[in-house]
Amino acid sequence: MENYKMLNNVAVSENGFLFLPGTGESFTLNEIGRMILEYLKEGNSSNEIIEKIAGEYDVDETVAERDFNDFINQLKNFRIVDAI
Amino acid sequence: MKIAVTGLNNVDNPGPGVPVIRGIREADDFDGEIIGLIYDALEPGAYMSEVASRNYLIPYPSGGLDIYFERLSQINEIEKIDVIIPTLDAEMFAFAKLKSKLESIGIKTLVPTVEQLTIRGKDKLFSFCEKYNISAPKNYLASSVQDLYKLPSELKYPVVIKGIFYDAYIANNFDEAESYFRKISSKWGYPIIVQEYIKGSEYNVCALGDGEGGTVGAVAMKKLFITDKGKGWAGVSIEDDEIIDISRKVIEELNWIGGAEFEFMRDEETNKNYLLEINPRFPAWVYLAVAAGQNLPHAAVQLAQGKKVETFESYEVGKIFIRYSWDLITDIKKFEEITVKGVLNNE
Repeated sequence: MENYKMLNNVAVSENGFLFLPGTGESFTLNEIGRMILEYLKEGNSSNEIIEKIAGEYDVDETVAERDFNDFINQLKNFRIVDAI
Repeated sequence: MKIAVTGLNNVDNPGPGVPVIRGIREADDFDGEIIGLIYDALEPGAYMSEVASRNYLIPYPSGGLDIYFERLSQINEIEKIDVIIPTLDAEMFAFAKLKSKLESIGIKTLVPTVEQLTIRGKDKLFSFCEKYNISAPKNYLASSVQDLYKLPSELKYPVVIKGIFYDAYIANNFDEAESYFRKISSKWGYPIIVQEYIKGSEYNVCALGDGEGGTVGAVAMKKLFITDKGKGWAGVSIEDDEIIDISRKVIEELNWIGGAEFEFMRDEETNKNYLLEINPRFPAWVYLAVAAGQNLPHAAVQLAQGKKVETFESYEVGKIFIRYSWDLITDIKKFEEITVKGVLNNE
């Protein structure tokens, strides 16, 4: 599975408010979204993140993987993360 | 020192006068008076007592430069103005042409030259960009409906139909193009600009050129809220080296003097920036540049006086402006004063 990193110019506040200084766009993340970005920031691999989410929210890893991939695709579209 | 500023029409399509004055007033070393020059007795800025000490009605430049200069001279006899900062598109050619005459009566101005104003015109900008390898939407000038049949093959619908001074519509087919052509030409004359349509987001840069190829400062902004007139009602300062660099390059190639606003469209697929327009004056959102750390209006006053100004190298990203409307209540006597005497004293 591909791994990702957050692009340098992305700013996320503790409240889950995400601001892209290069485009002026902003987004509000829910708790899981904020958590995923935090894990990415810490340098976790995709598999590690899926495992953590599955454990944290007590869901099947397949479900966690599907939701993770959906979320990552959105982040890629908005140029918030890049594959490494 | 007395500084006169135009464009106090803080309406739903606001002039830049009030934010320009706000910047000048906030400069640490500002010690003087601000004089408002207004075209209409109901320009809101004239009634805001913290904006200008006195406001004078002046005629539109389209009424003739002699009458225009005569009125400015008349006001100068009373006020002894040191600097005029014009802020509206429609008066730029007038001030460029009157620059030396104004200097002869002791008034300095900061305005682009007639040549600079001509090159940045909507009908000339594409050629300029092509010459200096700056990306701009492809352009075709149409002087008649027949010209719409002869659009170059690289221009495919949808296209943007633009007036030489104002107005722009997206036409999805020939019938729409013809309809917009007639609508715009009856209002703004010829030629009509048929422009390649770039799908994406608009980004703007507010900058100041020193007239010697240097950029005193430049701040990039993304509109967050747009009115039905297409005007930014809220915006945020952003970090974008590419559009700042393009703006600097244009200022350098033209030896641009004065304030300017550069409008870009970023292609949503390729992420490439296209220069859409150069407005030859500060934008109405210029105070965001001041708040982000670049007091460009104050630097403009210094440049007009022939002073050396320090260049701004950075600014704060993530500063937001949110415009609002406010019902200012005043007495009919104020309106009478400006209508009958042509001057409104706020002191």
